Amino acid sequence: MAKYIRRRLALAVPTILLTSIVVFLMLFLIPGDPASIYVGEQTATPERLADIRRVMGLDRPLHVQYADFVWRALHGDLGRSLQTSRPVADEIMTRLPSTVVLAVAAMMLAVGLGFALGLVSGLRQNTVLDSVAMLVALFGVSMPVFWLALLLIMLFAVHLQWLPATSLAGWKGLVLPTVSLALLSAATMARLVRASVLEVLQLEYLMTARAKGLSGAAVVLRHALPNAVIPVLTAMGLQFGALLSGAVITETIFARPGLGKLVVDSIQNKDLPTVQGVILVLAVIYIAMNLLVDLSYAAIDPRIRFE
Amino acid sequence: MKDPASRPEARGPWSDGWRRLRRNTGATVGGAIFLLIVATAGAAPLLAPEDPVRLNVAESLDPPGRRHWLGTDQFGRDVLSRIIYGARVSVAMGLVAVAISVAGGSVLGLLSGYYRGTADLLVMRLVDVMLAFPGILLALVIIAVLGPNLGSAMVAVGVSGMPLFIRVVRGSTLSVREVQYVEAARATGSGDTRIVFRHVLPNVLTPIIVLVTLGIPSAIVAGAALSFLGLGVKPPTPDWGDMLSRGRAFMNTAWWLSTFPGLAIMVIVLAINRFGDGLRDALDPRMKL
Repeated sequence: MAKYIRRRLALAVPTILLTSIVVFLMLFLIPGDPASIYVGEQTATPERLADIRRVMGLDRPLHVQYADFVWRALHGDLGRSLQTSRPVADEIMTRLPSTVVLAVAAMMLAVGLGFALGLVSGLRQNTVLDSVAMLVALFGVSMPVFWLALLLIMLFAVHLQWLPATSLAGWKGLVLPTVSLALLSAATMARLVRASVLEVLQLEYLMTARAKGLSGAAVVLRHALPNAVIPVLTAMGLQFGALLSGAVITETIFARPGLGKLVVDSIQNKDLPTVQGVILVLAVIYIAMNLLVDLSYAAIDPRIRFE
Repeated sequence: MKDPASRPEARGPWSDGWRRLRRNTGATVGGAIFLLIVATAGAAPLLAPEDPVRLNVAESLDPPGRRHWLGTDQFGRDVLSRIIYGARVSVAMGLVAVAISVAGGSVLGLLSGYYRGTADLLVMRLVDVMLAFPGILLALVIIAVLGPNLGSAMVAVGVSGMPLFIRVVRGSTLSVREVQYVEAARATGSGDTRIVFRHVLPNVLTPIIVLVTLGIPSAIVAGAALSFLGLGVKPPTPDWGDMLSRGRAFMNTAWWLSTFPGLAIMVIVLAINRFGDGLRDALDPRMKL
């Protein structure tokens, strides 16, 4: 187990490093002078640009600049926003909780709904219940987040006026963004849980369990479910990524001040330091999540450690 | 196929697959709808009742009716005409982006699966990095670099779709290269290029075809999402995602502005997805995609 954890951790480090290289290189890949991009002044005089280049260290070799970038990022310094002149790290910290709350709420809803639908249709295969659940799932998969969000706003905010269309109004404001963000993941999860349950139910050890007289519920809960959960767990890591990126869209629609909205606004305002900072933070969160999933996976399924 | 003897048709994996696909009603209807949308996009100037970008403030925000079947927007532009022209952007988005994914993904997948070793290591690291940016984030990185417009949105969506193609092509290549006829080809003196193009590629074609059909709808949705966020097409070009986004401001008074483009996106996505699912089942029922 310890060996597996070490190996898995060792794999995550180069991924994070390579990711940081990509984010770092963005500045040099954008057409134009890095100095003028970094200060957001497209019309600065050559002398001023030379000053900026020296002050910001842009005249040093690339690898030195990269090392500096990583060193400062590790110490929580992601540069300053061109829009607000505040440190990017502060901008991120003020918005991070909002995105985390949304992503976690959506994850919980997606897992709950996905398992409920998937279990029902898996255990009652080829019944009306199964068909209905899978039809809901098909719609969920085909529904773009932004379109679903608009329909929800039209129905619940504009017509019925039960819930606010923006998320500034406490927990009530969280409902619509969470539902629209979670549905796609819930649908994906439901299809997966169903397939997984169907596969496990055919295995021989379940026949044994039934043959020795266990009730249906005990067979499902004690024997089928734990094994059906494993493939779903991997998918959860990926779904968390889908939720993070879905948050980009959901936050923009519901005017929710989170990281997703921040990165979209920053791209439009050509605020590169903020774009780099947010993308780096989101990527690291995502890598960490997948690492956690992989580790819990090994804890649940002993076969994985001995690969 | 009730009586195989009376129907002496040529049989092979492709004709068998075609027959299975034809029998799948959902897939056939989906494919037909997609073709219809492509035809609409191509013939947009002939079909659209009005110029999609002509302003006519006198008729702004007309509800759907005789004069304008799907109503007009705040500038008096005909929504139906804009949806017909918008099909061009969506179809182009789906096709160009997937072409980028399939071209890049096949080359890299073949390289890493066939040569293994260092090439494989490098390509797989690249895939790791691309997958480290969840969903739309990699597209955002590319758009931040290239600037927000339709061209960079296509590149962004195409590149984001690449890892899936790389993995599938690599996996298939890895298994095909060990097969005996490849060994035989090598023994008889075929070069790498010949082996890859004559023996390996035809055998990884099935998963590629399925991935392409299933990749188009997700590319369309991703493109529409980028336009929705204001990072795709620039006005006044008609685009479904952009129309949906701009209609939000009039949700209380003019429901038709967002509803119809949204429906258009959903119809095209559902249609191609049904077709792709049917194609997968017809070509290779065991494939898990």
